[in-house]
Amino acid sequence: MNTQLRLTLASVAGVALFALLTLAIWYHPTSTVDLPQLVANSLAETGTEHPITAVLLNFRSYDTLLEVAVLLVAVVITLALAQQDSNEALSSLEQPARDSLVIALTRRLVPLVVLVGVYVLWAGSYQPGGAFQAGALIAAAGVLLRLAGWPIHQRANLLLRVGLTLGLVVFIMIASIALVSGQPFLTYPERWAGELIFAIETVLTLSIALTLLSLFLFSPEALSSQSRKPSKEKAQ
Amino acid sequence: MTTELFTTELFATELFTTELWFALIGALIIGISTIGFFGATHILKRIMAFNLMGSGVFLIMVGLAQHDRGVDPVPQALVLTGIVVAVSATALALIIFRRYIASGGQSKLPEHRS
Repeated sequence: MNTQLRLTLASVAGVALFALLTLAIWYHPTSTVDLPQLVANSLAETGTEHPITAVLLNFRSYDTLLEVAVLLVAVVITLALAQQDSNEALSSLEQPARDSLVIALTRRLVPLVVLVGVYVLWAGSYQPGGAFQAGALIAAAGVLLRLAGWPIHQRANLLLRVGLTLGLVVFIMIASIALVSGQPFLTYPERWAGELIFAIETVLTLSIALTLLSLFLFSPEALSSQSRKPSKEKAQ
Repeated sequence: MTTELFTTELFATELFTTELWFALIGALIIGISTIGFFGATHILKRIMAFNLMGSGVFLIMVGLAQHDRGVDPVPQALVLTGIVVAVSATALALIIFRRYIASGGQSKLPEHRS
């Protein structure tokens, strides 16, 4: 297919999709169910004070469970695709980055970022925040360390794999507790709901941080093979 | 002058509420990213266009959910879940792309090279 035809068809598809969506939004029916009110009414039973955390980890905790599973699948594929020699390829990047100023900066900045991450995790029970934001912050601290030249990728072994799976395993374990007492899957005992949700969020933070960090650390080295490529590819 | 026209003609009417603007911008983003997804041949551009399409969907979901009843936490939580899945899916696509390049592939698929 030539470029002209492809661009024309793509434009037609894009404009048609925009028109269709605009029509759909314009004529969308007003919902008869008052969801915010429903959530507010049963917020007291959930064990958290923030409606979004309540939806994420109580009303729709199935979604969150499957989301953690998706993250685990992504990182398993990443680790499977990581090249065996990627450590040597990455270590070549370290030399120019070991600047004393960068080292001093990361020494002071990373503990602060981790602290903010823990605060965001704690704040998730009564205001915006929670496991994913905290995990993203802690993963950002790890990415900062790696970019500054600290060889954290070399510590990855069994312990990293345990940390990656810990979130999902603990989540499924807590979700299965209810099955023992004859209640449906993912029902929290009412007395312990708040504590259990916070426990899940804590291990999820650890696993999400390690997952996002691993997605960055173990991505295959695309630059190392540039040398054996034709020059046309190099120019792009 | 055009801004004033916008304000008086469109924002003043009851039809164009803020949440409708969010949703319409989301639809626009989806349309643009559709053009980018099918029009571009570079794999990286396609991945980015697909990621942008997801952002448009999130904007529609969050924007339309803001009724006069207040902020709806259910779509917000779903979008939060969706963002994490979109991030990991994009990261996975980029990793597979990097591996493809590292093992000798080119940045365009064979049928688009000419």
